[in-house]
Amino acid sequence: MRRARPAHLNPGGGVGTLEALGTRRVLGPTKTSRSKDKTLEKHLKTVENVAWKNGLAPEGIDVLLNVALSGKFGSAVSTQILKCMIPATLISEDSVVKAVSWLCVGRCSGNTKVLFYRWLVAMFDFIDHKEQINLLYGFFFASLQDDALCPYVCHLLYLLTKKENVKPFRVRKLLDLQAKMGMQPHLQALLSLYKFFAPALISVSLPVRRKIYFKNSENLWKTALLAVRQRNQRPSPEPLKLMLGPANARPVKRKWNSHSVIPVLNSSSCSKECGKKGMSLSDYLSSNGSFPLEQLKSFPQLLQNIHCLELPSQMGAVLNNSLLLHYINCVKDESVLLRLYHWLSQTLQEECIWYKVDNYEHGKEFTNFLDTIIRAECFLQEGFYSCEAFMYKSLPLWDGLCCRSQFLQLVSWIPFSSFSEVKPLLFDHLAQLFFTSTIYFKCSVLQSLKELLQNWLLCLSVDIHVKPVMNSPLETTLGGSMNSVSELIRYVGWLSTTAMRLESNSTFLLHFILDFYEKVCDVYISYNLPLVVLFPPGIFYSALLSLDSSILNQLCYIMHRYRTNLTAAKKNELVQKTKSEFNFSNKTYQEFNHYLTAMVGCLWTSKPFQKGLYIDPEVLEKAGVAQYKSSLNLVYHPALLSYAASFLLQEWPEERTVNLSSIRGKKWNWYLDYLFSEGFQGLKLFIRSSIHRSSVP
Amino acid sequence: MLRVGPGLAADFIFCPVVRSFSLQYLCLETMDSCDTPESTPRQRASSRLKDYFIGATPLQKRLESVRRQTSFVPTPPRRKIPQCSQLQEDVDPQKVAFLLHKQWTLYSLTPLYKFSYTNLKEYSKLLGAFIAAEKQKGLAVEVGEDFNIKVIFSALLGMKGTQRDPEAFLVQILSKSQLPSENREGKVLWTGWFCCIFGDSLLETVSEDFTCLPLFLANGAETNTAMIGTWFQKTFDCYFSPLAINAYNLSWMAAMWTACKMDHYMATTEFLWSVPCSPQRLDISYAIHPEDAKALWDSVHKTPGEVTQEEVDLFMDCLYSHFHRHFKIHLSATRLVRVSTSVASAHTDGKIKILCHKYLIGVLAYLTELAIFQIE
Repeated sequence: MRRARPAHLNPGGGVGTLEALGTRRVLGPTKTSRSKDKTLEKHLKTVENVAWKNGLAPEGIDVLLNVALSGKFGSAVSTQILKCMIPATLISEDSVVKAVSWLCVGRCSGNTKVLFYRWLVAMFDFIDHKEQINLLYGFFFASLQDDALCPYVCHLLYLLTKKENVKPFRVRKLLDLQAKMGMQPHLQALLSLYKFFAPALISVSLPVRRKIYFKNSENLWKTALLAVRQRNQRPSPEPLKLMLGPANARPVKRKWNSHSVIPVLNSSSCSKECGKKGMSLSDYLSSNGSFPLEQLKSFPQLLQNIHCLELPSQMGAVLNNSLLLHYINCVKDESVLLRLYHWLSQTLQEECIWYKVDNYEHGKEFTNFLDTIIRAECFLQEGFYSCEAFMYKSLPLWDGLCCRSQFLQLVSWIPFSSFSEVKPLLFDHLAQLFFTSTIYFKCSVLQSLKELLQNWLLCLSVDIHVKPVMNSPLETTLGGSMNSVSELIRYVGWLSTTAMRLESNSTFLLHFILDFYEKVCDVYISYNLPLVVLFPPGIFYSALLSLDSSILNQLCYIMHRYRTNLTAAKKNELVQKTKSEFNFSNKTYQEFNHYLTAMVGCLWTSKPFQKGLYIDPEVLEKAGVAQYKSSLNLVYHPALLSYAASFLLQEWPEERTVNLSSIRGKKWNWYLDYLFSEGFQGLKLFIRSSIHRSSVP
Repeated sequence: MLRVGPGLAADFIFCPVVRSFSLQYLCLETMDSCDTPESTPRQRASSRLKDYFIGATPLQKRLESVRRQTSFVPTPPRRKIPQCSQLQEDVDPQKVAFLLHKQWTLYSLTPLYKFSYTNLKEYSKLLGAFIAAEKQKGLAVEVGEDFNIKVIFSALLGMKGTQRDPEAFLVQILSKSQLPSENREGKVLWTGWFCCIFGDSLLETVSEDFTCLPLFLANGAETNTAMIGTWFQKTFDCYFSPLAINAYNLSWMAAMWTACKMDHYMATTEFLWSVPCSPQRLDISYAIHPEDAKALWDSVHKTPGEVTQEEVDLFMDCLYSHFHRHFKIHLSATRLVRVSTSVASAHTDGKIKILCHKYLIGVLAYLTELAIFQIE
């Protein structure tokens, strides 16, 4: 009993069904009652549904082939099973060999045999290996004598035949058959193949003119085959809707005869070889010298053959192949990149769904395509020029919704270039969407601009250390590059300030803005690039007076990093003595000091806004905060007030009233320790670096 | 005479009497309403861009060219009126005749990689084998075998705008008759040709491994076009996209082709507008005697030898207002879908028929320009 139970079942469902069939197989037809037939039918239906929807796993096919060819349930059930034997991806060779062994027992009907051969021909490409099957060549050949099977067996042999299978006795047999049955197209096909492999063995002349040799065995499984092919081409297997009905006629036409957007990997033998005269099929098959891409499976292989690698005939195929992406990454040949550029630009343009009025059904396909591109860009750590060109054209037409995540990721991979040039083409359009969309869109844009900045900085910091600056292609000097980066930062500053106003100082938005500045403040030290850009006042003061304590903490951290970067820059200037192009202007330092004073005033000395801010005393009187000057520090700051209160409650639970003004002197220090213990690490770093503790208020 | 109703095309021809006074009136009317934009200030930036070209790789040149295309006015605001070019004289007249009076479907094509004019014979064989293999899927086919079809690649010598333009070439698929009679070359099943007329802007951005023939024209069953296109895409790593012509470019064609000097007119000048309304769309056909059209053009035309955006707009506006005066329909609110003149006719779907061999090069030059714009 247990032997019969399939150990592995197909992941797509129908587990119970397969088990039931497996068990029933052993029980056999001895107990067939009407109710049993009903359950069998139900199970078969389930298998059928699963098979046509997702395909069957190799183990499932193994079990079902056994059931079908053992013939235990009769011819009708066998037929039904064979018709839905659609692989999810592949069929294991063993299953086929086992199935063929059932043919020898003679328990299945002629019709089942025919159907099995048709199935084998149709699914031939999905069988994982063919060596074992080829060993059964003699068996198949012997089946030619069966008149009903002959055409299908011929087709199978046509697919299976290798040069070593062509033997004089087989040729004689085929000629005998032909003499007996007349000029049958299927026999002719096999003979012509034999003649191709061994011209000396066959002296009879075969008609030159071609016609259709084989009846189309694939018909039964046509749509399923397409789906399997598509599944096998995708990097990640996903549930896939079957292409049924005439509704899909147009897109197929649009894409001509390729099944997926990205071309299949093929060596470029054709365009290279066709210059030579007299190439024939066998020359193609046995061409040596260069390493065919189809065999490239591992990184060591790539390294060994990198000098003689055949490039794909369609460069777009590299997107799905990480080994070739490695190759693309180090290749110096400009034509490789140009081929990829042209293909990618056109495909993006052709596939882009918001160019089409009525074609939203391809949304998923386009999203997948963009995902593949982004994966490749992340892998290469480099953006494609074609994506940039695509964005120039498509951004003005984008609704901000379609493929949002993908599109914004593409933004973050825009290759480094002069900001002022890209701005009217990209960022101005993006800004329009930014200002008119929801806060979530704004946050996503800021996030991708942060990534863009990071990618630019990485690219520049590598560039500077690898090659002399003068050879940098787009910008002639490092100064130019830095200029472009600082323009980007200032642009984001402008976007952020306006967005804060539009979203009425949303804390959520401010988090994303400060995330951006966490990158900005560390450029000098983290990327070793001579650039410090401060945030605009609109951001600084919003963060400083925010009601959210984590914002305040983040601000403190950023100010601390600015300080560290600026100090390092100053130190380097002093060491080098020479006036270099990249000395920061005094204005940057002044700006920083101004912010610093404001911060220390608000958090420490209770003397906020000493300079540059005048508030009419009458207004303050009316608001009841005439004493405002002493009421803004770490204790009274709106973001920290609750911490101050809980500090008092925790330390002196017996006190009846919470007296905030009592936090001074020693208590002040305890309060600070309390805040640090509550996770204000940014504040801690800021106070340590920017405030001399001798000046206790 | 005019029946404007769903599904019915409104067809009418201008009476010659209308000509003299109406034109004058139209011109007066449109003089003050003309407000075409001057060239944009952005063009000033072009000198700065030049700096980047120094030492730039082809890829960067491409990107720069795309940037220029995108940031400036999409198409230059002035073009030359098609002239009879000298280069055209060494074109085989038989071949030219073969290209005329046929409806061609337009495609844009990215540069062909490693295409060589010396291998045309081999390409014929390979493409023939490919088609045979496609038609009998799953069977081995040997290159150079005899099939029912014959593929011929041939150069269209002289079909170019400048000496730098690569040579155009023609691909024909012929059916071979089954009977070994004297007429072995059967009928033409499919024809397609590749050309590049004044394609300088594209030529300067690719390296020598590539052949730029951005305009592809096909005549025959679409399944054949698909098959042959697939072979080209696989063999030369290029990309075909259908080339549609928008209303803006159609009106340019209307103006430029009307401006051509003709010895005698072969067809009426006809415009087709489409009104997207349900349940059936409404087509308005507007036919004018070609001499009337020419007279209208001459009245709006100022710059000798050139067509400007302003003139194109004025020309179309005159047609619109005339139509409005008679039928109270604002054609400017509908979509121009087809233009036919004695020089050529073009449909927005990307179909073209060239009638006049004298202006063949001129028509192709504009189409090449559109194709290049699409592949940038």
